[in-house]
Amino acid sequence: MRVSDEAELAEAVRAAQGPLTISGGGTRAVGLATAGMAGGGAIDTSGLSGIRLYEPGALTLVAGAGTPLAEVEAALAAEGQRLAFEPADWRGLLGTRGEPTVGGMVAANVSGPRRAQAGACRDALLGVRFVDGAGAVVKNGGRVMKNVTGYDLARLMAGSWGTLGILTEVSLKVLPAAETAATLALPGVGVEDAAAALSAALGSPYDITGAAFLPGAGALVRIEGFAQSVAYRAGRLEAHLARFGEVVRREDGAALWRQVAEVAPFQGRAGDVWRFSLKPSEAAEVARRLEGEVVLDWGGGLLWALLPAGTDARALARPYHGHATLFRADAGTRGQLPVFEPEAPAVQVITSGLRARFDPRGILNPGRMG
Amino acid sequence: MHLPPPDSEVLSNKARIVARLRDVLPEDAVIDDPAETRAYECDGLAAYRCPPLAAVLPRTTAEVAAALKVCHEEGVPVVPRGSGTSLAGGALPTADCVVLGVARMNRVLEVDYPNRYIRVEAGRTNLSVTGAVESDGFFYAPDPSSQLACAIAGNIAMNSGGAHCLKYGVTTNNLMGVTLVQMDGTVVELGGAHMDAGGLDLLGVVCGSEGQLGVVTEAVLRILPKPEGARPVLIAFGSNEVAGACVADIIKAGVLPVAIEFMDRPCIRACEDFAHAGYPDCEALLIVEVEGSPAEIDEQLGLIRQIAARHNPLEFRESRSEAESAKIWLGRKSAFGAMGQINDYMCLDGTIPVSTLPLVLKRIGEMSREFGLDVANVFHAGDGNMHPLILFDANKPGDLERCEALGAAILKLCVEVGGCLTGEHGVGIEKRDLMTVQFSPEDLEAQMRVKDVFDPKWLLNPAKVFPLSISATRRAA
Repeated sequence: MRVSDEAELAEAVRAAQGPLTISGGGTRAVGLATAGMAGGGAIDTSGLSGIRLYEPGALTLVAGAGTPLAEVEAALAAEGQRLAFEPADWRGLLGTRGEPTVGGMVAANVSGPRRAQAGACRDALLGVRFVDGAGAVVKNGGRVMKNVTGYDLARLMAGSWGTLGILTEVSLKVLPAAETAATLALPGVGVEDAAAALSAALGSPYDITGAAFLPGAGALVRIEGFAQSVAYRAGRLEAHLARFGEVVRREDGAALWRQVAEVAPFQGRAGDVWRFSLKPSEAAEVARRLEGEVVLDWGGGLLWALLPAGTDARALARPYHGHATLFRADAGTRGQLPVFEPEAPAVQVITSGLRARFDPRGILNPGRMG
Repeated sequence: MHLPPPDSEVLSNKARIVARLRDVLPEDAVIDDPAETRAYECDGLAAYRCPPLAAVLPRTTAEVAAALKVCHEEGVPVVPRGSGTSLAGGALPTADCVVLGVARMNRVLEVDYPNRYIRVEAGRTNLSVTGAVESDGFFYAPDPSSQLACAIAGNIAMNSGGAHCLKYGVTTNNLMGVTLVQMDGTVVELGGAHMDAGGLDLLGVVCGSEGQLGVVTEAVLRILPKPEGARPVLIAFGSNEVAGACVADIIKAGVLPVAIEFMDRPCIRACEDFAHAGYPDCEALLIVEVEGSPAEIDEQLGLIRQIAARHNPLEFRESRSEAESAKIWLGRKSAFGAMGQINDYMCLDGTIPVSTLPLVLKRIGEMSREFGLDVANVFHAGDGNMHPLILFDANKPGDLERCEALGAAILKLCVEVGGCLTGEHGVGIEKRDLMTVQFSPEDLEAQMRVKDVFDPKWLLNPAKVFPLSISATRRAA
């Protein structure tokens, strides 16, 4: 069912007789879908579309949850601004079609390479409106940059994959786009040296906005800002990183960072894709234990691995500090291995308590987060 | 401002409750002598005071858990306390409560430069977190004005900000993990040295929950490499409107200063009298600070000078030395002290969309005349976080009430123009009864459900944040 406004959505949720599968553009099919469960239905939020407020001087944008991300990015680009967290497009990786929406982006807390410096999607989220599992309309946060009025439910909604409520509107902090960018590469390094080089870069005062390892390209470091400043910092960084190997400047930086964000090396290839969020210094060791191909982002804090279908990557990777998501796998594997990292028992009590209160009938994307 | 009447059963069980706390805590960690509990009767919102039933000062997470377990079993409300600097009454006790202070838990547990975090006990002061890493070229970014005294525990409870959060964000953007003790004594670890939650972002909702979901005993904080340098400029204007327009233009131009502070004439004058910072005689003044290498700073300040020039500033004063930088900041940093010299004052904390700045300042001026109380404005202009200071005389009958009424009117105005009641101080008791101005019953119900999950008996800081009439049935259950 494609809803056209918030009131209609609330009514549809109240009337629902079974589980609802919620989608914006349907491009991020991670986890277990509920479609086909008894009495179930589908909610398509793409009708809740449109930019409702955009004030470049206040660095604020408010849009309906179904607004195509591309529309938002185009509006921002016209004013020389952008979403600092660099939301990644996962269609290539997941083999999905459709149009990514801002609601889906928030529900999955989608961030890209700049997350390491500028924060995640949820760090830029100023407010939300949503319909909870009982059909009540709730707003939280607002459209201003500093707001500690009441609990931060907006942050909680970000990354909840539709299991606590269906987003209808999101309010985002935007930032000026950089005048220019430079990408340095260490083409000769393997994963271990790459992780060390990325850590050294991020520990420098040169304000790194990307720190990744891409097979074929090596370690990549990005700096952005005004031209003179970028030139100065690139020079300093080159010297700073020389001890790890030959440093080269890449003129195709924009394309490289898109490949990192979209995990291009794993697109269209057989096998399961795992996504680890780690203490960065553990990345090299985890990569070694997994014995598969990896892409690193966030200075090693994010590790993507391509493994033979059915591999229990968590068991291989242990011990690690962080969590792993079975990001892409066939339904069989997703039925056998938890898609999301199992939580400690005391945390699980809180999580299920929140679900039970925001969605007392258990109808919002049940099973999605495992 | 009302607080619920103390639970007479708890009061009459005082001896047993204190004895049970002594059983599980070291002798010097339990305070019940009325002469000593008085030290915990208020926080930074000193107009309201009430000594607690008792105070406990545990030294470890295990002791915190043990104390909470006793209170949970006895049905005693607990008010968590960091350093007691809250301006919103977040640590204000009730007569039937146990104040749980984490001030003795102030150790650095781990510093990890390769992964850029520090793990500390939550009673550690904000400034001493930076103190532990600055000799190695790192710092902890959130910098509330009270940073010399305020504890990380309180920063997390209130999601504190500071002057430099335009670039670096507030506490929630720099917090990676906590050890949280729930009211029943359960200890949970949320987040850690990695980025983002694996499941629901419980850390995100704990930050800013005003001590109502649990007691934070340890925190993992993001530390950042210190920029090579920083330099402020001072720009003087003939009107608030023009200063406001200049702020918007600076932001639109793509410069992201680390701070843009705004002061209006009453504030400038008071600061000048107090601190003699040499501020120009003008209607509005901006302090803009940028960071980087000397050349980068020159580049950014060159841009800001061009933008400011379009608004015909009365003066553009660029710092040329450490001493000059310190002098530019001196007046701003002594603003609250300066106000305190002249008068009693109440500091508000609403946030507004930056575009409404001129309108809001004009309306505040009108309201100030209507209520017959002076208002000085000093605030973080880049992010719209206002700090109107209402001056009053606490010894004059009726003045406090008039001040509170004016404060409420100003905060309602903030909400009306699209903003919020509090940008960085928190709701506490101070803005509790205004929550219905900003939120519908459904909005508040959704927030209270979160507390139901973490603290089903509503014993942690129960009389704060939510209007008493709205939380009544939950607190009574």
